[in-house]
Amino acid sequence: MTTQGKDNQWLLWEVFVQSKSGQPHKHVGSVHAPDAEMALLNARDTYTRRNEGTSVWVVPAQSITASTPEEVGAFFDPAFDKVYRHPTFYNVPEGVKYL
Amino acid sequence: MTTLTSEELERRFQEKIDENQYIEPKDWMIEKYRQNMIRQISQHAHSEVVGMLPEGNWITRAPNLRRKVALLAKIQDEAGHGLYLYSAAETLGITREELLEQLHSGKAKYSNIFNYPTLTWADIGAVGWLVDGAAIINQVMLQRASYGPYARAMVRICREESFHQRQGFEIMLTLCRGNAEQKEMAQDALNRWWWPSLMMFGPNDKDSPHSAEMAKWRVKRETNDELRQRFIDRVVPQADFLGIKIPDSKLKWNETSQHYDFGQINWDEFYNVIKGNGPCNRERLKARIEAHEQGKWVRDAATAYANKRKNKAA
Repeated sequence: MTTQGKDNQWLLWEVFVQSKSGQPHKHVGSVHAPDAEMALLNARDTYTRRNEGTSVWVVPAQSITASTPEEVGAFFDPAFDKVYRHPTFYNVPEGVKYL
Repeated sequence: MTTLTSEELERRFQEKIDENQYIEPKDWMIEKYRQNMIRQISQHAHSEVVGMLPEGNWITRAPNLRRKVALLAKIQDEAGHGLYLYSAAETLGITREELLEQLHSGKAKYSNIFNYPTLTWADIGAVGWLVDGAAIINQVMLQRASYGPYARAMVRICREESFHQRQGFEIMLTLCRGNAEQKEMAQDALNRWWWPSLMMFGPNDKDSPHSAEMAKWRVKRETNDELRQRFIDRVVPQADFLGIKIPDSKLKWNETSQHYDFGQINWDEFYNVIKGNGPCNRERLKARIEAHEQGKWVRDAATAYANKRKNKAA
């Protein structure tokens, strides 16, 4: 990670905010900052000015590995033909409850 | 994996847009779409940032503490909105440094409206009421623009901006309920901001250079003229409520069209301001560059501090 440069705008951090206790953290955008601590402060000032959060994560953007859109078909293919993973695959006789 | 021809990729790209799906940063996209989105999103970001300048003029002169904290919060929001939008633009493969360089060199545009001066406190009211009001109409449409990061930034921005317009209207209302001189201030601000606000929606549809493509790519879902008409229809009754007069002798309710008819916009003025000859073009750019240069020590200090902490930890 380099923080040098002529007009340095620092590293890119992706920001995740938990809106309420018990909720998952959700991606809200990104900030620039020279280190994690300042990324947290910038994320707070940028994305939670109206009490939108109970918790914030910042992750260096370069540390995220993502699936590639071009290969998305093959990537998710294993799940395509497994209808038996869904409850609707199974027959429930009329009159049977709580199933 | 088979390699697709560029025609096939283009066809799939357009299909996706036509099916109301969103384009995400890593998706294949037409190069011109990428360039147009960078142009539009960065222009939008620059407008938020430059938009802080005319309002910043009035922070120290706000008439009371309530007005002052509201104005500060509004300006802080504009900075935040600039940041959301720069981030969205960066996902298209341009750096923050390049974006700022384009703004400071004058290569990139920002909204013409910020090249007009805020001469009195009433202007702060008029800016919130009219300028933010016009921006909101445009931005509500953009919440469903085809580029995912842009659309998501718009959702946040719209949620935050509704207070901006209200605080502006409240300032106008207070002045209009004040003494004759205060009401005259409000009228004067409306006189000066009305036509530039209508110009914010851009040229008439027949003269709008990017419109057709941006419509095809589901960035502009409504035309400049449609959005402008909506703005006028909403604002005229508000002006009536304030008891001030919109400076347009042709403005009249049309029973047949169920819209207000209005007079001719002075497009020569519009193009003249775009060319850099508005009342404040030079001043705004100079102030922006100065702010950036004078903020350098803050960036340097933050970098030095981060390096020091890293070395200590090592």
